Amino acid sequence: MTVLTEIAESLQRGEDDRVGHLVRDAIEQQVPALDILNNALLAGMSVIGEQFRLREIFLPDVLLAARAMYAGLDLLKPLLARDGVPRAGRVVLGSVQGDLHDIGKNLVGIMLEGAGFEVIDLGSDVPAKRFVDAAEAHGASVIGVSALLTTTMPVMKAVVELVRARGLNGRLSVIVGGAPVSDAWAREIGADGYGYDAANAVERVRALVK
Amino acid sequence: MRQRVEWTPDESAPTRAEVLRLQGMRPGERVPAHIDSLLDAATAVYLDLAEPRAIVAEISAGEFAGVYRGEGLNPHETPLEAIYPNADHLALVAATVGARVTVRVRELFLRHDLALGCMLDSIASAAADHLADLLGPRYVSMTTGGASDWRVLAYSPGYCGWHVSGQRALFDFLRPEEIGITLNASCLMQPLKSISGVLVVGPGHIHRFHPTYSFCERCQEKQCRDRMASVLSRC
Ligand code: B1M
Repeated sequence: MTVLTEIAESLQRGEDDRVGHLVRDAIEQQVPALDILNNALLAGMSVIGEQFRLREIFLPDVLLAARAMYAGLDLLKPLLARDGVPRAGRVVLGSVQGDLHDIGKNLVGIMLEGAGFEVIDLGSDVPAKRFVDAAEAHGASVIGVSALLTTTMPVMKAVVELVRARGLNGRLSVIVGGAPVSDAWAREIGADGYGYDAANAVERVRALVK
Repeated sequence: MRQRVEWTPDESAPTRAEVLRLQGMRPGERVPAHIDSLLDAATAVYLDLAEPRAIVAEISAGEFAGVYRGEGLNPHETPLEAIYPNADHLALVAATVGARVTVRVRELFLRHDLALGCMLDSIASAAADHLADLLGPRYVSMTTGGASDWRVLAYSPGYCGWHVSGQRALFDFLRPEEIGITLNASCLMQPLKSISGVLVVGPGHIHRFHPTYSFCERCQEKQCRDRMASVLSRC
């Protein structure tokens, strides 16, 4: 078994320490960081994602695997940055101003990272301007906005409007999600996409960066 | 009558089934041993950090009419406006499991202890909901001394047509700041794992309604039928 296969399988078993050791070994063996990322960590996460979709495993299994993924990813990040390796895309993510709910947004972030995206997580209670400023500063192509209460949903509209006002639409897409959010609301405010759950958000973001 | 209520963390702990439901597991689904252990570990953290408490204040139907009107954003017709005038007693409530659990959930996420963090979050969510279930019977026995046919259900802003902005008027009356619950500009309570609402006490049949209101179509929860069944079957 190659070290990459070993990493992918350990990740699927949620063995974070072992994934960390194996990634270190692979780096020492001069395996390119991008290979470790794509053919071990993301390959393992992709199996996990599919098993979850088929209900063969449960949410805690996905999160245990994700923890193992981060054990490897944290070691790779500086190398990927040094080598200027392009990722699947860069997404700025946050829960809107006035909203402190963040579990759903965190799950979306984990799934996006597991699908190879670079995620800049702004946390919760994020004003519209901060989303757009951060997207510009980091050269992101997607802003992901989460809201759990109807009273905080208008901030999503403010994000879309600000993207337009700065002439960034076309280069910068906005995807929205959260319990009270719907496809119809996304269309009404002119957002580029709506994700009903974390896995669906990944699909939508993938489609937007194509 | 206005009363502050406190529970031990143990009393507030939800059932395992409820937590697993929030984790996306179906009733009767076999729970793998490693998920069972994770639930045990998260429960231990919950029991260590939870500070469950509530405030209950009786309110007359006339006063409640003003609270329920709130900011005037409720839809034209809602079930609660037909239910509460028939109640024998009404009481506003707010309950929380405290801020420490949410702080720990955030810390666990930050250090990528995701499965434990998410399980703890589900426990705290289910516990906050469970506090409303504990408060109802307690309030009934406080008002009746225990012997009565009265049934109680809690209704909350954000559900069944009661607009979530109604929390402002509710807070103005109840003042749950006394137990550490505050409301931000978008009507979000802090600590996060908190609930608010009105306890409606009276004969079981007053809670009966047909879920065919304009907002019922969009409702994902559909808990009203089970809630009604819980008070009607015992009438
Ligand atoms: C960028 O792209 C994307 C794409 C997808 C995205 C995305 C971004 N962001 C999220 N997603 C999506 O992917 C994620 C993963 O699959 C998902 O993220 P979620 O964050 O939705 O999912 C989490 C992982 C798990 N989900 C949750 O944690 C929320 C579940 C539900 C049932 C819920 C729960 C559990 C709770 N709640 Co309450 N709660 C509800 C929720 C109804 C529902 N069906 O969702 C909701 C959000 N709550 C509501 C309400 C009203 C309230 N809650 C309250 C309280 C509570 C509990 C404490 C009991 C508990 C904990 C809340 C928490 N999250 O910490 C109160 C407020 C609390 C507060 N602090 O102010 C209170 C105001 C009720 C009250 N008066 O007491 C409703 C809001 C309605 C509205 N009009 O705004 C609500 C929709 C229920 C309903 N009525 O249908 C997707 O939405």
